[in-house]
Amino acid sequence: MEEVFTSSAAALGNDAVVASGLVKDFGTTRALDQLDLTVHTGEVHGFLGPNGAGKTTTIRILLGLLRASGGRVTLLGGDPWRETAALHRRLAYVPGEVNLWPNLTGGEVIDLLAALRGGPVPSRRAELLDRFELDPTKQIRAYSKGNRQKVALVAAFASDVELYLLDEPTSGLDPLMETVFQDVVRAVRDRGCTVLLSSHILSEVEALCDRVTIIRNGRAAESGTFAELRHLTRTTVVVETAGSPAGLASLAEVHDPTIEGNKARFSVDSGDLNTVLERLVQYDVRSLTSTPPTLEELFLRHYGDQLDRSTVLEAV
Amino acid sequence: MHTLTAADFTGTRRLTRLALRRDRYTLAAWWAGLGLFVAATTAMFAQSLAQHEDLVRETQLVATNAGMRLLGLTSGPSVGGYLLHREYVTLAVLAALMSTFAVIRHTRQNEELGRTEILGSTVVGRYAGLAAGVLIAVAADVVLAVVLAAAIAVSGQPVEGALLAGASVAAVGLVWVGVAAVTCQLSSTTRGAAGIASGALGIAFALSGIGNMIGTVDEAGLTVTSAWPAWLSPIGWGQQTRPFGAAHWWPLLIAVAALGILLTIAVALASRRDVGRGLWPERRGHAQATRALLSPAGLVWRLQRSAFIGWAVALMMFGVIFGNLTEQIQGLEGHAKDWWTEAGGTDQIVDAYQVSIIQMAGMFVAIYLVQVLLRMRVDEIGGTLESVLASGVTRTRWLWGHLVNAIAGTVVLMVLFAVSMGLAAGQVLGNTGTQVRELVWAGLVQVPGILVVGAAVVAIICLVPRWSVPASWAVLLTTLVVGPMFGPGLNLPPWVQDLSPFTHSPKAPAAAVTAAPLLALAAACLGLAAAALVALRRRDLALPA
Repeated sequence: MEEVFTSSAAALGNDAVVASGLVKDFGTTRALDQLDLTVHTGEVHGFLGPNGAGKTTTIRILLGLLRASGGRVTLLGGDPWRETAALHRRLAYVPGEVNLWPNLTGGEVIDLLAALRGGPVPSRRAELLDRFELDPTKQIRAYSKGNRQKVALVAAFASDVELYLLDEPTSGLDPLMETVFQDVVRAVRDRGCTVLLSSHILSEVEALCDRVTIIRNGRAAESGTFAELRHLTRTTVVVETAGSPAGLASLAEVHDPTIEGNKARFSVDSGDLNTVLERLVQYDVRSLTSTPPTLEELFLRHYGDQLDRSTVLEAV
Repeated sequence: MHTLTAADFTGTRRLTRLALRRDRYTLAAWWAGLGLFVAATTAMFAQSLAQHEDLVRETQLVATNAGMRLLGLTSGPSVGGYLLHREYVTLAVLAALMSTFAVIRHTRQNEELGRTEILGSTVVGRYAGLAAGVLIAVAADVVLAVVLAAAIAVSGQPVEGALLAGASVAAVGLVWVGVAAVTCQLSSTTRGAAGIASGALGIAFALSGIGNMIGTVDEAGLTVTSAWPAWLSPIGWGQQTRPFGAAHWWPLLIAVAALGILLTIAVALASRRDVGRGLWPERRGHAQATRALLSPAGLVWRLQRSAFIGWAVALMMFGVIFGNLTEQIQGLEGHAKDWWTEAGGTDQIVDAYQVSIIQMAGMFVAIYLVQVLLRMRVDEIGGTLESVLASGVTRTRWLWGHLVNAIAGTVVLMVLFAVSMGLAAGQVLGNTGTQVRELVWAGLVQVPGILVVGAAVVAIICLVPRWSVPASWAVLLTTLVVGPMFGPGLNLPPWVQDLSPFTHSPKAPAAAVTAAPLLALAAACLGLAAAALVALRRRDLALPA
């Protein structure tokens, strides 16, 4: 994390979002506690964390709706609290819970939000309505949750902006619409736009994001590319040897070993693989499988201490 | 419709307890508010009409005047009867609204917000939610009847009459328990259900009012016999009990029967529709926004347009009625004349009358102002503000959008009232042009005073957002009670009366308008608005989780 922070500080000019040491207190509750978050310009950045970790609070601070209690935050090179309106002309936001005016139609809301941001883009509006299969003549109150979300998505993506802040934008969409959403996000990235995507859908994050930040209890637990994150996580090794591999358990690099007869199952930090392999040779290896951590495993590790590791492995 | 079984109502008791738990403060506030209002005004009338000849003269005045008959029914000279002439319609309308809101809160609103879905998946019968809503609303009306009876009896009015008066107000509430139960099935939204029920209330008011207006007066000029339209209206049934006159209990049976019939219809409709839907189809709208919508102010206007139109129609109607009454006012003598001239601060009875009426209209417009400005709070906690501020709109511009609408709405409503009153008065007195001109000017100089109330509401919303709703209505109520309408009648000390901006509003057309009070009121508006803006720009927003 230190490393990530230093490199982002160096690349300040190229970063759409830089938050460092961000603190937010609601009364006596600390929602954000020294959060660091860096989103490079032109990337799709995944923002992950369990419910209540502080994702929405972070995004609302980025929008200038809430005021940070401490730390520094820069959005598109400006201060989101002081230069709110000027910055908002350059970004679009899709809230997690889409609350709109029940007696306006979807089409009216799309036009309204685009106009408040500074002018609609009619050609893309029609195209997006078509792709998301949204009927703009219905009143908001008649839409399902998914369709309300589509209204917010069309309103956001119809606008020509540099940065998209998306807070769990697809929680109500069906798989077909999820595909459309992913295509649209790729298209805006290809135009050079930046996307901060808070999400719970791991396949979506894996398919779209260049880098991710995992947040827990208001702190960034991990940040980097998937390759980097995998590197930080242990690989599971299952090995069958000629003799009893009981001696493995005493190795400092071997974690959570289960040894039955001449079979052993344990996990190893990626950096220690070589050391452990050297020692394994002594036991005369018959078969060996090594499984890199799955994405789910990666997240579960950061999401909850309370989950027992073996339970996690069985679940995965 | 299948035959109802006990299983359809499983869980009603639990849901009723839940409803009671949710409503304990809301309903208590209705009872306390109405009870105190009636107790205070009964005491006021008991004092001011203590002389029998005053009572007879006042009763003759309101019985022989067609406009006043529209607003209430007279049944002989008595303090209680005079009280009911003045307040019965208001109380009946408020009881109906209390019932309507209670039923809707526990039925359609639950459905609209998705709570019914989660409740419906537990062990509750199909009609348990409806039954719980109806039970709590009926109970609320019964308690209201007792509270009102006590409030009237406490200042020494006959107990039997007080009980019948309370019951006749509650009877209208009971009918609207049934009306709301039906409208909840018709419309798929809370607003729609409340809107249809309110519309029905408006029709009931008009029918009873017209029935009384075209009714006949006995030779003594003290008792009005209503014409047939009054009998088509639940408000009319309640009035026909004549609590302090002939005292009939039987019209209440019509109300109870109506409740039974309406509930049967509600159950029949409920069995024909899906959860979350209404019987009426949802309308389609425009696929694109018109240019007028595309700004914060345009959005606010669109959202409060229908409320504004309703207020405008009502105010114009009352403007015509009060304008017409000018003729009767001209002929006033004695005590009745003194009341107006003291309130208006002039010997010219017509001018004095116009001052009082214009000031009263201003107070009504202040109610509208509080109602529409509180939408700012709805915007904030409902989450729609998040979408507006996340686009290119600053907090200042959002606030300004609301202020522009509030100021323009106030001015237009006052002008509409003044013009309609002036036209009607012109028909009676001649010189229509002068009447309209003078009344419009008198209406416009009320605007700064009204806006002080609005600015206070805005300051409350920005400075102490959690208290927005109770504090705003408390401010409004205080300014009305200590103001020129009630303050002198309640014998409040001058410094208390000075707390109301309406006390400082110019008494046009009776007195010349001076700049000082207007400038002071405008300065109060600006000060409150500036404080609001500073607070709003500094504080966090209360957004939904």
